[in-house]
Amino acid sequence: MTSFISHLETQLRRKPQQTNSTRISLPWVITIGYLSLILLLPLAALITKSLTLGMGEFWQAATAPIALSAYEVTFVTALAAGIINGIMGTLVAWILVRYQFPGKKIVDAVIDIPFAVPTSVAGLVLATIYSDNGWIGQLFTPFGIKIAFTRLGVFVAMLFISLPFIVRTVQPVLLELEPEIEQAAWSLGASESQTFWRVILPPVIPAILTGVALGFSRAVGEYGSVVIVASSIPFRDLIAPVLVFQKLEQYDYNGATVIGTVLLLVSLVLLLLINFLQQWSRRYAD
Amino acid sequence: MSITISQVSKKFGNFQALDNIDLDVQPGTLVALLGPSGSGKSTLLRTVAGLETPDQGRVRINNRDTTNLDIRKRNIGFVFQHYALFKHLTVRENISFGLDIRKKPRQVIKQRVKELLELIQLEGFGDRYPNQLSGGQRQRVALARALAVQPEVLLLDEPFGALDAKVRQELRDWLRRLHDEVHLTSIFVTHDREEAMAVADKIVVMNQGKIEQVGTPAEVYEHPANPFVMSFVGEVNVLLHTSPIFDHAHRANPATRFFVRPHDFEVFTTPQGDSVLAKVKRIIHLGWQVQLELTLGDRSSLIVHLNREEFVRLDLKTEQNVYLEPRQIKCFEQVKQDLFNSPADHHQLAS
Repeated sequence: MTSFISHLETQLRRKPQQTNSTRISLPWVITIGYLSLILLLPLAALITKSLTLGMGEFWQAATAPIALSAYEVTFVTALAAGIINGIMGTLVAWILVRYQFPGKKIVDAVIDIPFAVPTSVAGLVLATIYSDNGWIGQLFTPFGIKIAFTRLGVFVAMLFISLPFIVRTVQPVLLELEPEIEQAAWSLGASESQTFWRVILPPVIPAILTGVALGFSRAVGEYGSVVIVASSIPFRDLIAPVLVFQKLEQYDYNGATVIGTVLLLVSLVLLLLINFLQQWSRRYAD
Repeated sequence: MSITISQVSKKFGNFQALDNIDLDVQPGTLVALLGPSGSGKSTLLRTVAGLETPDQGRVRINNRDTTNLDIRKRNIGFVFQHYALFKHLTVRENISFGLDIRKKPRQVIKQRVKELLELIQLEGFGDRYPNQLSGGQRQRVALARALAVQPEVLLLDEPFGALDAKVRQELRDWLRRLHDEVHLTSIFVTHDREEAMAVADKIVVMNQGKIEQVGTPAEVYEHPANPFVMSFVGEVNVLLHTSPIFDHAHRANPATRFFVRPHDFEVFTTPQGDSVLAKVKRIIHLGWQVQLELTLGDRSSLIVHLNREEFVRLDLKTEQNVYLEPRQIKCFEQVKQDLFNSPADHHQLAS
């Protein structure tokens, strides 16, 4: 009898713990349900569809010459845009953080325009001003340089779309830099350029890399403006997202799925890299 | 190395941060700039460092006019309140920063860093990053970094301000011992009178952009030049000439204000000679000291400090009557009403 009661007691005592560990609370249920519906299911559908093709067919479609060329145009151009904006975006962030000038608030707001403006509008504007007789395009025409409807146009569109990512990632880190850090470097005899390269830049580099990675992945995914500003001719300036759309137009669903899956996998790797960079950037934080 | 500041003024907009400052710092001394916030003490330090340029006046370091010299060429060491360590560099790299800039030979740098790590008692911490150190350790690294380049003068801006009480005391004692070994001309800024007294050879009391008094800790405490210094370097009771304290022997001039430090009272339980009746309102135990809040016959109140033994011997209770006799009263001619706006030209009439 006593042993039964004590057994019951231990059962009762254990019970809340058990329920805690086995039952999933409501916020978890909602989160998992939502993520499944919005993110995981569509991605799973894409991968499942491409898996039905079989390895040989998948590989053939994924590595077709037109596809390889489209990957090259997409990733190399996006990387170039990311790197250029890594430098220019950092400079813009530096100016916005360090200097007071009339219209600063407006400039600060304008940086975000690529976030807000529909990509088709961006493509329209870029195609207009970079075409042979557009405001900027006509400056290059005498040198035989065409921008709109070439790979350079793709590059310009990617620059446009990725700039705010770098500026907005670097800006808060620059704001956090204490002025005392620079003053300490001066008091130790460091020149302006030594102070910049040895003291100011190193803590900002992880943020710049994160911004470049974010801008790069955004540029890889850009479709709306590129489809307008480029001629989308295979082996010239055709990017992978546009290739997916062209394949769909030709009812080549398998081909579209395969290219889509490749883009998805690359994006996943990129996002892991970005997460890693962000963690790395916090390693010296207090 | 001496520091000579002559007729230095500085304005920020309409705010007069420094008002015609003259100050001589003798070679090898440790000087505290003491004052409330906004008194100009940090601005003065930053002017010596070259982080601010004065509107007027000259700054000389070791008889060399450095007024318009770039901070990089002044050969000063500067320590900041919030350490300002380079977070992406290890302790060793932080300390060697100035030596790397000066392109010293690798072997010299290694030896110097080793000596400095010993000096700041952080041997074995050379490869850590600043975020792996406590506040007190960080400030010691900041000090070693400043000392590494063998500066002519060391300037410290509220160096203990960001530390908790115990570490602050340890570090200030350590700084004093360090200074006794190194004898580097040093100026440090503080708003903490106890810190200034504990560390400095000389204290410069500042208020509203002006120097109120320069003196050793004892001089400043025993012979304050004016009511501001009197009340800034220690607690005071301010008495009016109508106070019952003056009912007996003391002659009280209405144009004079009287200051008595809380520990400058003799307390008796029975009437003595010139003693004045007071009632104990509150007893506050502050460790080795006991603070009494008393009211006098005219209902004015008074703070008196007793040491523990004296308090126990007198066996005081609240609402008890006691008899007071001031040991020392300081008088200053009353020119302005506000204690903290008193100009420097008061005279000390009696003590």
